[in-house]
Formats: sequence, structure tokens, C-alpha cells
Amino acid sequence: MLKTQELTLNMGPVHPSTHGVYRCVLTLDGEYVRNAVNHIGYLHRGLEKLAESRTYSQFIPYTDRLDYCSGLANELAYVMAVEKLMGITEEIPERAQYLRVICAELQRLASHGIFVGSFALDTAGMTAFFYAFRERDRVLELITRIGGNRLTPNYMRIGGVARDLEEDFFKELKQLMDDYDAAIDEYDGILTGNEIFQSRTKGVSIVSKEMALDYGFTGPNLRASGVDYDMRRDEPYGIYDRFKFEVPIGETGDTFDRYVLRVKEMRESVKIIKQALEQIPEGPVMAKVPKVIKPPVGEVFHCIENPKGHLGFHIVSDGSTKPYRTRIYSPTFVMLSAFPEMAKGTHIMDAVLILASIDIVLGEVDR
Amino acid sequence: MQIFIDLANLIRGWITGMGISEAAAEIVMTAVGAVAVIVFILIHVILLILAERRVSAFFQLRKGPNRLGPIGIGQVLADVVKTLGKEDIIPAGADKFVFKIASTTFFATALLAYAVIPFGEGMIIQDLNIGIFYFIAIGSTATMSVLMAGWSSNNKYAMIGGMRGVAQMISYEIPMVFSLLGVVMLAGSLKMSDIVEAQKNMWFIVPQFIAFLIYYIAATAEINRAPFDLPEGEQELVAGFFIEYSGIRWALFAMAEYANMVAVSAIATTLFLGGWNAPFGLTFIPPFVWFMLKLYVMIFTFLWVRWTFPRLRVDHLMHFGWKFLIPASLANILVTGIGIYIYRAITG
Repeated sequence: MLKTQELTLNMGPVHPSTHGVYRCVLTLDGEYVRNAVNHIGYLHRGLEKLAESRTYSQFIPYTDRLDYCSGLANELAYVMAVEKLMGITEEIPERAQYLRVICAELQRLASHGIFVGSFALDTAGMTAFFYAFRERDRVLELITRIGGNRLTPNYMRIGGVARDLEEDFFKELKQLMDDYDAAIDEYDGILTGNEIFQSRTKGVSIVSKEMALDYGFTGPNLRASGVDYDMRRDEPYGIYDRFKFEVPIGETGDTFDRYVLRVKEMRESVKIIKQALEQIPEGPVMAKVPKVIKPPVGEVFHCIENPKGHLGFHIVSDGSTKPYRTRIYSPTFVMLSAFPEMAKGTHIMDAVLILASIDIVLGEVDR
Repeated sequence: MQIFIDLANLIRGWITGMGISEAAAEIVMTAVGAVAVIVFILIHVILLILAERRVSAFFQLRKGPNRLGPIGIGQVLADVVKTLGKEDIIPAGADKFVFKIASTTFFATALLAYAVIPFGEGMIIQDLNIGIFYFIAIGSTATMSVLMAGWSSNNKYAMIGGMRGVAQMISYEIPMVFSLLGVVMLAGSLKMSDIVEAQKNMWFIVPQFIAFLIYYIAATAEINRAPFDLPEGEQELVAGFFIEYSGIRWALFAMAEYANMVAVSAIATTLFLGGWNAPFGLTFIPPFVWFMLKLYVMIFTFLWVRWTFPRLRVDHLMHFGWKFLIPASLANILVTGIGIYIYRAITG
């Protein structure tokens, strides 16, 4: 009788496919994962504590550093929470609302672009990675024109947006949106339709509806498991109720669904931006808010549909210029907790893919 | 037309002219041949590194190296210098002796395969009467170096990579051998020059197309090229069995990989694409040039596949090898046998 022994493998914090400084202790039986233990905190910067010593406006650029793949969307979540606390949600000018939607959806395209690219990379499909990053880079070029930075634009303001955008920007954005569908078709051609890719992802790590809800999944991962819930449609914030778009739903909740769903969502984002470009009115981009922001005493929780799930801010105000406490509800932190169960019993090659399919960003997990 | 053969004869005449025995001259000539092969491999490693980077850039909407010299050839030379200048790190926990020789033996096995590759008419170091058999036998010894490297590094990633490498290379050896068997049956010989001669009128890729496909897939797996580069498994095993190697020892692995790729392409050219035979009667182009042209076409397809497909999973790889490739190659042998029998019955 051969004696076999389990192998403990320390994956990370420096590893090519942990998507950041995340460590996972895998117990391997041969090459199959028997147990996985998450270790996080390598990128902890204490953002929640930092918020307590910053004024409300000063904290906006910090939110860019949460999920650094979707800076504008994080800013939107934060400023909407503060506006709700101040009770000025209705006063935001129309044009600013449309600009916010355009920014958020543009950021969704960039974030999902990273997902497609890095997911391709985790199946060793190097070429698809470059295809996905080609469009993402065009999006980032536009984001640079919005805020001056590729990842940390700092464009949203409490009461509106920092500045109006020039005519040139809209022209380029329109051009990009016209090109986008063809580009997504190319992703489908090189990656989604690939036999090897499908055999790698289909039926791997099926997350049932119940399990997804139990673990508190949100965003694309929840919808991939078959739960038909999208905050943009079901609890519309801002002006999302004015747009027509579909909410794609996964069938089985496997890794393939989590991938395909994001590709489908990219098409929907393109639709939303196109509609926003048609409807956007002229006008001011900033509401009349006081120079020194002093929200009334009270607390507020507001969350929006971020590219990766529901990003929420819970802010407690004591009436001063700085929040008494800011708590960040980060979607990937919650979903990462399901990774051990999702990875159990799978092959180590699949474990890497499963981690990629959750789409973690360590800046948000560790905050 | 035959500058290399003329050159060899010149050296041979020069050596025998010095008054040494026939046997000694033969030994010296073998050494000269070995040096020629090493030079051939080194040139091709440099060319292939550049080609791989340029071709992958072409597939990936990039430009690739283009700053240092024409089409970035200087970049490769700079990389070679950098690699040679790196510190040779041997992990403290490693089995030092095995660790040191593993990279050398891996390169040596790649080198040995070149003994039976016919680059042109008469341009073969040893035209063994068991040429193909020798190639297969040498190829399978590379498995040991992979295991040695994986085990001696004292690294878990390396060990998993080494284990994968062994399982994969042993499994894919079988369909590869079976696919070559069809060619051997048609040619009626294991000798490389005989096989090339037998393709004067028709390349074996035509009657043995299925065997060619099986050989191509199995050879890709045998030399650990993507999409079968599981022993490296960059995403989960970081670099697989040579994770702990650095400097020249790492370079030996990389060189052996390219040398293997050239070798299996050369064998495919010899066995399926007519070797040095000129197609369409274009005999004014020297046989050596024809051989190299076909070789480069084969190598390009390897690059093409690598930069298109994602990687297979280990169990899918095993299923594919054992449940599909081996039965298919056995069926091919059967059909080839029946075909030969019928052909002989008709033609008498």
C-alpha cells in the first residue's frame, strides 16, 4: 500500500495569478485542492480610519484607491452617500447626472475589460489578453480626458461633477461605442468560443442560487448564479430608471457563466452610454452646495451597482466637517470568503480560474 | 549546390592527409559534426527567440522588440549577455549534484536527437538503420531530466511541475510512436535516408494525414509547448520544474526547449513533408534550402498554435491522450496495414 501525503502549498502573496497581494494556503491531494484558507490584509491601508480625519470632500480621491480598476464608480458611490446624508439628492443638475452615468458605465467597461483580459491570462490565452486590453486602454484614454489620470480620476464632487466635458470628448466616446460591439465579438471569437477555454470553465465550481445568497454575493457573480437582481434596474439610483437595458442572467452559475455574463454586461453598458449620449441636456454640472460641507447629525447607508458588486458606504455624521465613522462595504471582500468552498475539490488549475472569476481586487478587499 | 558536404569532405581530406588512421578520422569528423549541430542550434535559438517575440507581437497587436538593431535583433543578443551574466543561484535545500546536472542533461538529450536528422542528401551525422527508433529513445530520456530538475529544486511548485512533465511526456510518447509507425510501414525502413527517398513521388502527409495530425499534437505535448505547457504552468506553478534555476542553467532549459522544437519540426519535415525532396520538380533550389523552408513552416505553426490557444487542464490532457489519440493512432496503423495489403494484392 502506497502512503500518500497531503501537500501544503503557499500560494501568494507574490504569485502571478492571485491578482494582487493575496495569500492562499492550499492543501493539495495530488493536484486537487482539499482545503483552502484565505489570508488577506497585505494591502490594508486603513482607509476607513483615514476617512475620520479627512473632510467629506477630501475623502473622494481616496475612494479611487479602493477598487483601483473602477475609480469613477467608487467615487460615485461615495458622493451619492454623502448627498443622501445631506439630503440634496434631488438637487443634482441633469447634465451632471448624465455625466455620472457615462462615467460609471465607462468604468464598468474598463473593469470588465480587465476581467476578460486577466481571465484569459489565467487560462494562458495570452493573445486574448491583449485584445481585451486594447479596448480597455481606449476607455482609459477617455478617463484620462475626464479626470487627468488613468486609474484615479477624482472627478465626482458632492453635488455634481468637477467640470463639464468638452465636445471632443463626446465625439471620441461616440466613436468608441460604435467600435465596441465589434471588439466584443472578437473576444467571443478568440476566447469564448474556444473549445479548450470552454472545457476549462464549463461545469467548474458551480455556485447555486442558495449558496450565492448565503455568502452575500452581489453584482455579476450573483447574477451568474441565476438571481435576477441588478440595482440599476430594481432599485434605480441617480437616473438609471431612464435607460433601457437588459440584465443578463447566468444559467448554471459555473465559472463559464461568470465570465460570459461580464462580456454580456459590457454590451449592455455600451447601450446605456449610447442612450445617455443621445439624451444628455445642456446645463450646469454642479449643484449649489456650501463650500464647507457639514451634513446634519445622522447616519446613512448607500450602495450602488459597482462593476464588481454592490459597493456601499455607511457614513455616520456628528455634524462636523469630518465624518464620525465611515464604513465601506466592499463586494469582493464578501465574495472572496466563498473562495475556499468554491475551490474545494477542484484542480489547482481550476482554483486559479475560480479566483479570477470572482474578480477580486485587493485594494477593495483590504481597504 | 552542396557546400556543406563539400566542406565536410574538405575537412575529412585534410584530416586524413595528416596521416592518422581511418577510424580516428571518423571520430574527429563526428566531433566536427557535433560542433556544427551546436552552432546550428545556437543560431536557431537566437532566431527563434526573436521570431517568437515578433510573431507573438504580430498576433497580439503589438510591435515587439524593434529598437535595438534591425527588427530588434540586438534585443536578443542583449538578453543572451544578460542571462550569461546572471548569478548562478542554487537553493540551500536543493540536492546540489542532481540540480546541477539536470539542466545539462536536458540540453544534452535535445542535442543528441540531432544525430539522425537529415538536413539534406548526405547531410546527416549518423544515418543509423534504426534512425526513428533512436530519435524516440533519446526523446524519452528527456523525461528524466524534467523529473530530476523538479525533484532536486526542493520546491513544491517545481515538484508538481516535474510530476506533471513526466506524466505528460510518457503518455504522449505512445501516440507519437504509433503515428510514426504508419510512415515506417509505408517506407519499409527505419532509416531516415530511406524514408526520405520513399517520398520522392508523394509526401507521406497525403496518405498519412491523420498520423501527421496525431504526431503534431503529441509532439507539441512532448516538447512542452503551449497549449500543452503544463509542466511550466505559469499561472499556477509560476515556472514549473525550472522555477529555481537562474542564469546559464535556466538558459540551458530555454535553449533545450527551442532545440527540441526544431528537432520535432525536423522530424515532421523528414517523415511527412518529404524531407529534402523538392516539390513540383523545383530541383534548382538546393535540397538543404528546401529542408529549411519546410522546417520553418513547421516551426511557424508551432508559434501560431502557442499564441492562439489557452492551456489544457491536466486531466483533460490525459483523457485526450489515452482515450482519443492512442485509439486513433492504432486505427491509423490498422487502416494503413489494410491499405498496404490491398495495394500489394492489386499491383502484385
